[in-house]
Amino acid sequence: MTTKTTLIETPAGPAKAMVLNMGPQHPSTHGVLRVVLELDGEIVLSARPEIGYLHTGIEKSCESKTYSQCITLTDRIDYLAPLSNNLGFCLAAEKLIGIEVPKRAQYIRVLLTELTRITSHLVWLGTHAIDLGAMTVFLYSFREREEIMKIYEYVSGQRMMTSYFRIGGLALEPPPDWLDRVRRVMDALPGHIDEYEDLLTQNRIWMARTKGVGCLSAEDAIAIGASGPLLRGSGVAYDVRKAFPYSSYDEFDFNVQTQTAGDCFARYQVRVAEIRESIKIVRQAMEKVTPDGPFRAEAPGIIPPSREEMKTSIEGLIYHFKIFTEGFAPPPGEVYQAIESPRGELGVFMASDGSAKPYRVKFRAPSFVNLQSLPKLCEGRLIADVVACIGTTDIVLGEVDR
Amino acid sequence: MGFISQHPVLVAAVVKIAVLLFIVMTALAYLTWLERKVIAHIQSRWGPYNVGAHGLLQPLADGLKFLFKEDVTPPTADRFIYTLAPFLALSLGLTTIALIPFGPPSVLFPNGQQIFSVVDLNIGLLFLFAITSMGVYGVALAGWSSNSKYALLGGLRSSAQMISYEVSLTISVVGVVLLAGTLNFNELIGGIPHGSTGQTGYWLHFIPKWNVIPQFVGFLCYLTAAIAETNRVPFDLPEAETELVAGFHTEYSAFKFAMFFMAEYANMITVSCLATILFLGGWLSPFPASWTWQNYLPGAGLLLLAVYCAWNTVSEMRGIARLQLGVVTLLAGGGGLICLYPPIAAGIQGPFWFTAKILAILFFYIWMRATLPRFRYDQLMSFGWKLLLPVSLANLVITAFVIVWPLLRKG
Repeated sequence: MTTKTTLIETPAGPAKAMVLNMGPQHPSTHGVLRVVLELDGEIVLSARPEIGYLHTGIEKSCESKTYSQCITLTDRIDYLAPLSNNLGFCLAAEKLIGIEVPKRAQYIRVLLTELTRITSHLVWLGTHAIDLGAMTVFLYSFREREEIMKIYEYVSGQRMMTSYFRIGGLALEPPPDWLDRVRRVMDALPGHIDEYEDLLTQNRIWMARTKGVGCLSAEDAIAIGASGPLLRGSGVAYDVRKAFPYSSYDEFDFNVQTQTAGDCFARYQVRVAEIRESIKIVRQAMEKVTPDGPFRAEAPGIIPPSREEMKTSIEGLIYHFKIFTEGFAPPPGEVYQAIESPRGELGVFMASDGSAKPYRVKFRAPSFVNLQSLPKLCEGRLIADVVACIGTTDIVLGEVDR
Repeated sequence: MGFISQHPVLVAAVVKIAVLLFIVMTALAYLTWLERKVIAHIQSRWGPYNVGAHGLLQPLADGLKFLFKEDVTPPTADRFIYTLAPFLALSLGLTTIALIPFGPPSVLFPNGQQIFSVVDLNIGLLFLFAITSMGVYGVALAGWSSNSKYALLGGLRSSAQMISYEVSLTISVVGVVLLAGTLNFNELIGGIPHGSTGQTGYWLHFIPKWNVIPQFVGFLCYLTAAIAETNRVPFDLPEAETELVAGFHTEYSAFKFAMFFMAEYANMITVSCLATILFLGGWLSPFPASWTWQNYLPGAGLLLLAVYCAWNTVSEMRGIARLQLGVVTLLAGGGGLICLYPPIAAGIQGPFWFTAKILAILFFYIWMRATLPRFRYDQLMSFGWKLLLPVSLANLVITAFVIVWPLLRKG
């Protein structure tokens, strides 16, 4: 790759700017992002993100797997919000096939994806804080995240790679007392968020490090196609959950959090407020989830029959066998389904050629799109601001590279 | 015997240096342990726990690890300077401790030499600043000679930062020097015969006359500048891990890295000692000398520690950890009993209070590290030059004016 080095004026004549490779092995590029910085002293002249170090070929792999098998791959796209990816993929597949998911399963999905949003924002808060030197917040937020991870584990058997949402509903009936656990965590969480805010929000150093740093105007944000907290921090109230409701989000009462400043502090405020909004949604979902009812749709040949049916009826056994050996074939067609993942608009495009395996799956990854804002955020600023800017764009490299 | 009696100064100095070096090196090692433990508990985790009871052998394990790691020198580095830098940093860091009086000068060896300070210079403060100013060379040379961009940036930041804060650091203590009229550490604490009374005596019979009260602004300036001078959070930009990987010592490994590490902690101890001497009354007790019960505080404290360790040994520790903590219990208990012996109890008063004050300041340091985010380079500079320096200058001017005013009125 050829790079034209910027020339800078010095008292001794023009000189080449120092090129600094930040990453792919660097403590605060959040994985394996490489940013090529051109520096004049501490000032960043240009910043160019280089991606591809975590390319796993997930989209391509999906083409050789049945629709159900793809779900386990989606966990690994944005590994901080596996359930959001599951949801996006399942909704797209359901749209392609034309299945209506039972309300109870939809509410459980909403509840769990909002928990995912909370864990993802907690990880973001912790890592962003440690990037700016406030190490304690990191450990506090991971402590709370752990409690929510325990809920995942209780419900799905897995802490991170849950694969809990399946086409047509959920993988399993959740354990009977799981809502009590959720309630316990949700009762404790607001107090902990106050703790983080006590440590950060009014902290003079924190404000100095984030206010006015990494400004992104609403026009620029829209122009690059940014979404999620990055867009809302710039004052655009766009949220897929409100704009194009899915999975019964229209039945929930919540606000889209926005800030107008468009700097790192605004994005921090948006995310912290979103954690509180998510707690609100989780509480509403807990009211709506009934103790019993179907947890997946009835669609013979597409959705596996219940365990009992499989063991007792011949049709059940045949369907079960066929689904798990050769999958199911949706009608030919193309769908696009967007959801609001913690990082922004996660779109899933899916094309079917009528076979049991998708012809093409494409994820419109919010991290990938939001990463484009990085040069705009940090050019002309100091090295320390690059770290803050990478932090508040909240990228997950697994999702950027897929 | 002839040699020893003929060279009392030399012999006493060698003995004191050996003992002090041992104590300081151990203190450095256990300061890292303390830091990890305190921060861990602030962050609701355990910290070192497995290497020895309560991780007490962790510093030893770390030291061994540093010794046995491969010592890599980057091929493009300037080998001589690259090797020189850590030695410079550590030796300068340790030299300053020789100047510190850990106890009153009245406690003497049989041959008439002071026990508690290696050298009692009449320009102690000036000499100490001279040495600490050299400390920047260790960092700058390391950053330069590594021939690495991160190290270079770290070294640049560090040089700028240490030079800037050196100014405020020095000016903030001049007020104290004006009050005392001396640069000798013992005289700064205990006063000059027929001159200032140092920090002895009491206001209203119970407030100790420590400089922290008249020089409170100076104390705050000193503490802030000292944190910056030692590159600690929130001023740890030279080694800002999340920005510059490890700053000026990015390329250092094995024991050279350990030397920078030790130098940083030695500097922390030095500036804490200086804060104690200048502002917190050094080895003076906060209580009047007539309260003789205070002589038994160190012994009682150690005995309490022994009781706690004994209880912990029996109730929680298992296996080898029980043995290790048992040894700690015996050491603390034995030490406590020795400290209760009246002549010793009276003799260790000075070091006891001195250490207690240093520990309080070090705890503050560690607490800061667990709480605050890091400044940005330009903010650090503007904080140093635009806020800290004017405030410490104003403090100096006002102090000077208050001292001179009575003389002026007399005409």
